[in-house]
Amino acid sequence: MSEQGVDNSKRQFLTTALTVVGAVGTGYIAVPFLSQMQPSTKAKAAGAPVEIDISKLETGQLIRAAWRGKPVWVLNRTPDVLEILASNTDNLADPDSQESNQPTSSQNEFRSIKPEIFIAVGLCTHLGCSPTFRPETAPNDLGPDWKGGFFCPCHGSGFDLAGRVVKGVPAPTNLDVPPHHYITDTLVLIGEDTVEDSA
Amino acid sequence: MKTNYVANCGTWFLDRFPLTKLWNEHMAQYYAPKNFNFWYFFGSLALLVLVNQFITGILLTMNYKPDASLAFDSVEYIMREVPWGWLVRYMHSTGASAFFIVVYLHMFRGLIYGSYKQPRELIWIFGMLLFVALMAEAFMGYLLPWGQMSYWGAQVIISLFSAIPVIGDDLSLWVRGDYVISDATLNRFFAFHVIAIPLILIMLVFLHIIALHEVGSNNPDGIEIKDSKDPWGHPVDGIPFHPYYTVKDIVGVAVFLFFFATVLFYMPEMGGYFLEHANFIPADPLATPEHIAPVWYFTPFYAILRAIPDKFAGVIAMGGAIVVLFLLPWLDRSPVKSIRYRGGIYKKALFLFVISFLGLGYLGMQAPTAGATMMARVFTSIYFAFFLLMPIYTRWEKTKPVPKRVNQPASIEDHIPAIKESFAAMTLEVSEQKNGHTVKHTRPNPSGIAHELSKLVKKMKGSLD
Amino acid sequence: MKKLLQSCLLLLMPLGVFASAGMELDSAGIDLTDKTSLENGAHLYVQYCLGCHSTKYIRYLNLADDFDIDEQEILNKVAPEGAGIYDKMLTAMNEHDAKKWFGTQPPDLSLIARSRGADWLYSYLKGFYADPKKPLGVNNAIFPDVGMPNPLWKLQGTQRPVYETVDGQEVITELELEENGTMSADEFDKSVNDIVNFLVYAGEPAQLKRESMGKYVLFFIFMFGVIAYLLKKEYWKDIH
Repeated sequence: MSEQGVDNSKRQFLTTALTVVGAVGTGYIAVPFLSQMQPSTKAKAAGAPVEIDISKLETGQLIRAAWRGKPVWVLNRTPDVLEILASNTDNLADPDSQESNQPTSSQNEFRSIKPEIFIAVGLCTHLGCSPTFRPETAPNDLGPDWKGGFFCPCHGSGFDLAGRVVKGVPAPTNLDVPPHHYITDTLVLIGEDTVEDSA
Repeated sequence: MKTNYVANCGTWFLDRFPLTKLWNEHMAQYYAPKNFNFWYFFGSLALLVLVNQFITGILLTMNYKPDASLAFDSVEYIMREVPWGWLVRYMHSTGASAFFIVVYLHMFRGLIYGSYKQPRELIWIFGMLLFVALMAEAFMGYLLPWGQMSYWGAQVIISLFSAIPVIGDDLSLWVRGDYVISDATLNRFFAFHVIAIPLILIMLVFLHIIALHEVGSNNPDGIEIKDSKDPWGHPVDGIPFHPYYTVKDIVGVAVFLFFFATVLFYMPEMGGYFLEHANFIPADPLATPEHIAPVWYFTPFYAILRAIPDKFAGVIAMGGAIVVLFLLPWLDRSPVKSIRYRGGIYKKALFLFVISFLGLGYLGMQAPTAGATMMARVFTSIYFAFFLLMPIYTRWEKTKPVPKRVNQPASIEDHIPAIKESFAAMTLEVSEQKNGHTVKHTRPNPSGIAHELSKLVKKMKGSLD
Repeated sequence: MKKLLQSCLLLLMPLGVFASAGMELDSAGIDLTDKTSLENGAHLYVQYCLGCHSTKYIRYLNLADDFDIDEQEILNKVAPEGAGIYDKMLTAMNEHDAKKWFGTQPPDLSLIARSRGADWLYSYLKGFYADPKKPLGVNNAIFPDVGMPNPLWKLQGTQRPVYETVDGQEVITELELEENGTMSADEFDKSVNDIVNFLVYAGEPAQLKRESMGKYVLFFIFMFGVIAYLLKKEYWKDIH
């Protein structure tokens, strides 16, 4: 070995160049490795829009459907409930749904396209448990102020029958309303909203 | 003053962990002989392929289902529906074959330069254990796609255990966990393939490298570089592994990756060698494919098995073909390590051995006709004769004097003039008049080619003496 | 010595896929870049094959994505009526009926091109001939005693075998058209080729991607190698 006549700047340059190219190459191979953990076509197929037939949905009844593996609730609300929802907004954290997720077509006091039909993703916005449906008023366990709604058993968050979160509970926002639209009067498609997309 | 924090953090760590010591012992101050040639790339490449198999294997495990009714579908699911799943799967399947190519070349290097000889017997033993573990790993992994070849290949190989007297039938039943290859077998092979054997492989790689760094690397001249040291105690013919061999091995890595990517992107089935055609049919316990052959890397041993007309003797011969490799350090009684200083007998014997190993590999893929079985028997005899007669012919033959210092190998550039010269000898320059221009063509020169070929043959013949 | 051994290692040359005795396999013209051929192949497949044979690893969405065709067009032109874009190419025939009619369920054809090869499929689909001795009245020159009738007979017409005696055995050397179908011979060959092209695609949809990506990867590795070589040369100047 002899150390004379060593061009250190050339070595430095080549080392840097090789490191950079090697790092880019590692980056390139990391992309497929990481993205192979993304949802597969099968998962996407399960996430395709689902049709729900609501023609047999009775007043006061709640049905559940799966969309992207999540529970989707379809609730047919009575006129009494709608009245309560319109008047009883004092104890709500986000009564106008400013901070919450819903398509613009559902950003109104009932959080729905049709006032009586409420559609929401049945997962608590706190940590993702599915709240229970508690339509009764003032039950023993929930206290006299309960006007009917959804109660999350995991951490005690309460929502009214428009999925609006009450004040002072861990859930930060109202229940999510999925994108949806009515194909016919009684057939609703969950997962796609037509008009809102362009808006 | 941000850098100070980083530096402090580094010092804090180094005060508590011998990173510098490890780096120096195994990289910066590990002195390797300066005359490593082409054959010395395959050790680091084997490590690279091992890492590739680990990473891609972990990713495959995320979507693979070790269940007889789901396994085949889950592999196709990976190939089609998982984003980039096809790339990961092909990296793993091509990697398996690449592993064996690299390991066979690595072992051949040991054979020609006597890397298994004293004081490196233990490195060879660890290496052979690695080879056996690798074969088990590959064999069990091949069942997982649950295709026809997976199924029937495993059926045949596990039935080999039943040849063992007395306990054989119970043993093969125990290995399968069922009366035939079934879901139970698939599930346990999965457990072995993804966790048990990989742990053994890591441990053995560690032992292999630690043992190597204790005694130091051999080299193409088979000279102990530690015998001649400079006043500072460094071997005169040694150079620090880092940076010299790190930069050299990276070139090897690039060349390897080039070939690897070519197979991966353009011929992942490798004409049915890396992924067999019949393995695209789901396993069917009721119908054996017309022709079953193991994957190419097992075929030499499979051919030995078939060459013996008795079931138990065949199993013994196949096992013996591997056991005999373990004994190599004690079979070889030559005073020299490298083939460069051995006599003509060893060279001719090795030449015959390589021919018969490749021949067995080829025959193992073919249907067993009478002629093929005859050939396989001849090759099997040569295979065993090479090892078992070694104590005689290596002691007996005349070796050449071994120099004190290593020879510096010629670099690629040094070969260029000779290549140019033989290219010129093999071609003719032809001038032609075309549309008023003189066009020069290079045409092959038959007599020149014949002359060069005869020169090559003479040179090869000479190198066998 | 060294060189000799290296050249020995190159001896591992691929073996051809074996052909059955008698007729030689015609070679199919596989071109996966020909999207019209693939679409036509998929269309013909749905019409003539999907009745019995599923291709369960392919979704109609895959066809739209891989052939660069609008999803709606695939649903209208290729997929059977009522199929959704995410649906897999499943057959309408159930297992029970299949067992009753054919004695066995017709195999899924997703991977047939990978296990049989394109040329075999192409020759097989063209290899049916009339044989009154068989229960279905047809036989196949490539797959003797096949349990499947000729699904394309309307298009192809019927064929008659030409025998020749080789080593004391009668073998079929070629097939002659006996009765014309709705397609000319050339049109028919093209249609069969499209179907086989589709099946080759179905065997491995990823080949569209990997072959187009390969050259960039190889170029990148080559550049990496050049820099690595220069660096190695620079460092190894020290070694004498």
